[in-house]
Amino acid sequence: MPDTPRSSHCLEIRRNKIRNKIKDMLSIKNLQARIEEKQILKGINLDIKAGEVHAIMGPNGSGKSTLASVLAGRSEYEVTGGSVEFLGKDLLELSPEERAGEGIFLAFQYPVEIPGLSTTNFIKTAVNEVRKYRGQEPYDAVQFLKLMREKMAMVEINQSLLSRSLNEGFSGGEKKRNEIFQMAMLEPKLAILDETDSGLDIDAIRIVANGVNKLRSKDNAVLVVTHYQRLLDYIVPDFVHVLYNGRIVKSGTKELALELEERGYDFIKNEVGQEA
Amino acid sequence: MKSEEVYQPEVQEVDESMSAINDTVNSEYKYGFVTEIEADEAPKGLNEDIIRFISAKKNEPSWMLEWRLKAFRQWQKMEEPHWANLHYPKINYQDIIYYSAPKQKTKPKSLDEIDPELRRTFEKLGISLDEQKRLSGVAVDAVIDSVSIATTFKEQLAEKGIIFCSMTEAIQNHPDLVREYLSSVVPVTDNYFAALNSAVFTDGSFVYIPKGVRCPMELSTYFRINAENTGQFERTLIIADEGAYVSYLEGCTAPMRDENQLHAAVVELVALDNAEIKYSTVQNWYPGDKEGNGGIYNFVTKRGICRGVRSKISWTQVETGSAITWKYPSVILKGDHSIGEFYSVAVTNNYQQADTGTKMQHLGKNTRSRIVSKGISAGFSQNSYRGLVHVGKNANGARNFSQCDSLLLGDKCGAHTFPYIEVKNNTAVVEHEATTSKIGEDQIFYCNQRGIDTETAVALIINGFAKEVMNQLPMEFAVEAQKLLAISLEGSVG
Repeated sequence: MPDTPRSSHCLEIRRNKIRNKIKDMLSIKNLQARIEEKQILKGINLDIKAGEVHAIMGPNGSGKSTLASVLAGRSEYEVTGGSVEFLGKDLLELSPEERAGEGIFLAFQYPVEIPGLSTTNFIKTAVNEVRKYRGQEPYDAVQFLKLMREKMAMVEINQSLLSRSLNEGFSGGEKKRNEIFQMAMLEPKLAILDETDSGLDIDAIRIVANGVNKLRSKDNAVLVVTHYQRLLDYIVPDFVHVLYNGRIVKSGTKELALELEERGYDFIKNEVGQEA
Repeated sequence: MKSEEVYQPEVQEVDESMSAINDTVNSEYKYGFVTEIEADEAPKGLNEDIIRFISAKKNEPSWMLEWRLKAFRQWQKMEEPHWANLHYPKINYQDIIYYSAPKQKTKPKSLDEIDPELRRTFEKLGISLDEQKRLSGVAVDAVIDSVSIATTFKEQLAEKGIIFCSMTEAIQNHPDLVREYLSSVVPVTDNYFAALNSAVFTDGSFVYIPKGVRCPMELSTYFRINAENTGQFERTLIIADEGAYVSYLEGCTAPMRDENQLHAAVVELVALDNAEIKYSTVQNWYPGDKEGNGGIYNFVTKRGICRGVRSKISWTQVETGSAITWKYPSVILKGDHSIGEFYSVAVTNNYQQADTGTKMQHLGKNTRSRIVSKGISAGFSQNSYRGLVHVGKNANGARNFSQCDSLLLGDKCGAHTFPYIEVKNNTAVVEHEATTSKIGEDQIFYCNQRGIDTETAVALIINGFAKEVMNQLPMEFAVEAQKLLAISLEGSVG
């Protein structure tokens, strides 16, 4: 079928119909949060369904990383209003480790280093703690090794990195690849990638994005937080939202990301300015 | 990908230790019980009559009594040292019972005749005195209060000519060895606490490994303070003759009591030509309660001498207990090409204070020493590393490497480093590195986000920090030590 504007329009209507039937995995309503006395999120509304990839874009200081941190449960941020429902549960009531158990994964912008703790041991502890939360038996060494081999191949990471201390002395690319490997191992329902592309060259971005794409399925969702459009060339989003001054001011499809790339964030600022 | 071949067994280890941590992380000091057993005690206080009483109780030869009395007279002229970064009320040396022995109806001739109550005490501590039950190949000398109550595997060891017995027995049965080596490393007047120990020591372990013998099992002594108001003063002497090897472990616990109890031990190690002694300690004396009441005052002198060429002495310590720790396991590197090592993890929580470190005295040529000290402080505690590296004028080619790392949990505790370096030979190379870090909220949150709760996260971070030292411990001790770290720091974060 030729890709005429009309047919594309039909497709979108049909897709929205289907979408409305599926229950939301994550439902954020009027979420507000501050750090110390500074109000950062001023009323975020966002619904994400299983199988979808959403991108949150926005200029520096717009609240992108705050949103990621609040969803993961970082205690420095105080939620001052709104609600977040994740798979039918009140997410804001859960501790960070319970959220992880429920299937939330945050790929950190700045993964921390823990000297002396091997990456493998760290991941094994994490995997088994999450399994325990879900009422599953912990993996023994053999089962864990099998899973690890499988996922290592998937995200192209090698053993030597995993036997080193967690993130210690890793390059920027190695740290991000390690984040994606952990994501593969933990098999989350919702993966939040916080500026995973920052500080990476184009080859590293491609490798990381490939890893994420292999992990995409109809059962999980991905929330990509990024400043630049280029990551979205590789992880193609279903929806793009622009965050500005603590609110989502514009939503659209992947074309919106291209428009932002072309015109810069100023046009958003101007639009919002005009509205205000 | 060649991952399969290089996969490390570490995962298995952590598996065990992690489940162990989970088991124990919510328990408090679990060795705080008291065994109800009648004791044979000396009256409180210290004078020459008490020393005669102790010596008579142990049926000692006159030379031993004279040696003790000499030490006592010296001690009376000495002053308690106060240079360490420790603060505690004055110790009343007349308010201590210097001899307390569990009353046993008849002296047990074999392990089967030990009072069942004592046997149960050690079972409860995880130390089986039943040889059949011990599969791990560790021989144990069990010391309760002032006396050794049992030593296992003595016969098997004797077949190789190895002597492993209580100090009391050694004085009776091997007087020549005792006279030759006792106080040859730590002179009676070395320091206040060593002099006190020399005057009143009541028991301890004695080890002699003959020429060319590699000790086939780990030797260990388990020290237990039980009686109230008593001090424990044990004396350990280990001699590795030419080409011999021994690995020795020391463990200790005490009941929870409101008053402070004094522990002042002396350990001496002698390594002759090409001999090696590996001495490991997991120190878990009662540390006092959360408000800083009670706990053991641990004033210990540990020193080894590498007397022969190419000999080696290695100290490994995991210090988690005691209200006060004053301890500097040292090595005198006399033999050419000899090696001294000191690996330490010292944990302080609540109101504990530790001033610990080492002395490496390079006297021989091409001697080497290595110091790895890891201090972990939490609560309101103070943790100090104090170390001396001395290179004598004849110690050509001496090398030392020291690394002192401190980790802080919270902002009310303190970590201090006092490295002293004296070099009198310009061919020596001495290196010192030191770091101080804090467990970050970032690290904890990162672990939390991966599904790991805060207690487990702290245990992972601590064990990572202490890994270089833990790796030096014999396997079964390492697991025990990891558990201890987790318990000691329980509730200190988050």
